[in-house]
Amino acid sequence: MNKLVILLVFFALAACKSDSKADKTSQKSTTGTTYVCPMHCEGEKTYTETGSCPICKMDLVRIAELDTKEKNENEEISGSSIFNLTSKWKTQNDKTIQLKDLRGQTLVMVMIYTSCDAACPRLVADMRNIENKLPKSILPKVDFVFVSIDPETDTPEKLKQFAKDNLMDDNRHIFLQGSMDGVREFANVLSVKYSKISPIDFSHSNIISVFSPNGELVHQQEGLGVDYDNTVRAVKNTVK
Amino acid sequence: MKRILRLVFLSVVFISFTNLTAQPRDMAEIKGDAYIPLYGKDSALIKVSDFYMDVYPVTNADYLKFVNNHEKWRKSKVIALFADQSYLANWQDDSTFKPDVRPDSPVTYVSWYAAKAYCEDKGKRLPTIDEWEYVAMADKKVKDARSIKAYTDYILSWYEKPKTYNNTVGSTFKNYWGVYDLHGLVWEWTSDFNAIIMGGESRNPTSDNNLFCGSSAIGASDKMNYAAFIRYALRGSLKAKMALKNLGFRCVKDK
Repeated sequence: MNKLVILLVFFALAACKSDSKADKTSQKSTTGTTYVCPMHCEGEKTYTETGSCPICKMDLVRIAELDTKEKNENEEISGSSIFNLTSKWKTQNDKTIQLKDLRGQTLVMVMIYTSCDAACPRLVADMRNIENKLPKSILPKVDFVFVSIDPETDTPEKLKQFAKDNLMDDNRHIFLQGSMDGVREFANVLSVKYSKISPIDFSHSNIISVFSPNGELVHQQEGLGVDYDNTVRAVKNTVK
Repeated sequence: MKRILRLVFLSVVFISFTNLTAQPRDMAEIKGDAYIPLYGKDSALIKVSDFYMDVYPVTNADYLKFVNNHEKWRKSKVIALFADQSYLANWQDDSTFKPDVRPDSPVTYVSWYAAKAYCEDKGKRLPTIDEWEYVAMADKKVKDARSIKAYTDYILSWYEKPKTYNNTVGSTFKNYWGVYDLHGLVWEWTSDFNAIIMGGESRNPTSDNNLFCGSSAIGASDKMNYAAFIRYALRGSLKAKMALKNLGFRCVKDK
């Protein structure tokens, strides 16, 4: 008897599922598909074809997709998520964001400064190596984030130049300038220590951190040129 | 009539005068200067600007008022990103202290995030290491007492005394600036505690981080200042979400 009930429930659920699918497709055919920039660069301007946003160059997304994404974002984030931080940041494209705007992607994060010529180039190389070791198929679900510990010097223009010089000026690589306070706080979240030792130099710990799509710290590697395998594995595990 | 006018004039002058020299309540005015801290940028002079510092560390009673108004910082509500399990461990619940905890003892078991939020709520901020150390090098009589043996002995004897966090604020000495309890009660958070790097820059990944004591001592500008050395070592070992039994805070304000 019990088995029968379970079976019935299962069928009912399956029916529901296929119903909703049918709904969606019918909706699409009647309303036509519209696309919008995920960053809303031009407000609510929509496009009828796929392409990229003329301002931030991000790929346009279908409006329905955006809806479901935003719905997911309304789900509670956990207490240990970095998306609880409210500090504001500027990207290399001079866009103001909060960390929670990066939600949904696996984040590989590092703190650097662009005028650094000792450890930072090696940290950037480490980031590149991690990226190279990831399967191509999961790369669209991963963002590589470089946070400047020298926000006074590292303006969006400087960061843009740095991104270009390192052949990283694309959607997947995000360079962030924060406030002095925001940077200090974020460094604390990553357990990164840093100190200004001269007008152009900082000493800092070399830590690369991996965050899940919900902003939870899942892995940290410390040191330069260490074995990336664990970091790569951690990234793979967070991508579903 | 003339008398009234004069009275009005005088009171206007009086009010504007008191406004000009208005000192935030319960804060001491600190005249800035250049000094050499224990760890400097190449042991160079550090410039500290004028500012105000809380005369006393923040008390349990002060902090209770704050959490009453800010739900997210209550013991039951604080999130794991901002404080570890020990947050307000000596409080019974959101609004009562444990029986042996006094309202006018310094609040401890608070994280860096919590301390920062408290100060910001009051229109203040946490002191930098340089500011804190600058005020803390004074004894009762002089601005810089670091070379006076009695001063260093006092601090070191406090480090050996147990449970001073149970004492009430104001129970130690009033220093040159009129500030109490920088030594002798609790350790205090600073805004940039994470600027103390014990491991050093890992230029050589094989270098042994356990050797930090040696490498840090080399960077110290005053090797005799063992008391300050212990403070820097503590700061170097902290994490922002830690809440410790003997670690409290006070706020400062720009002038």
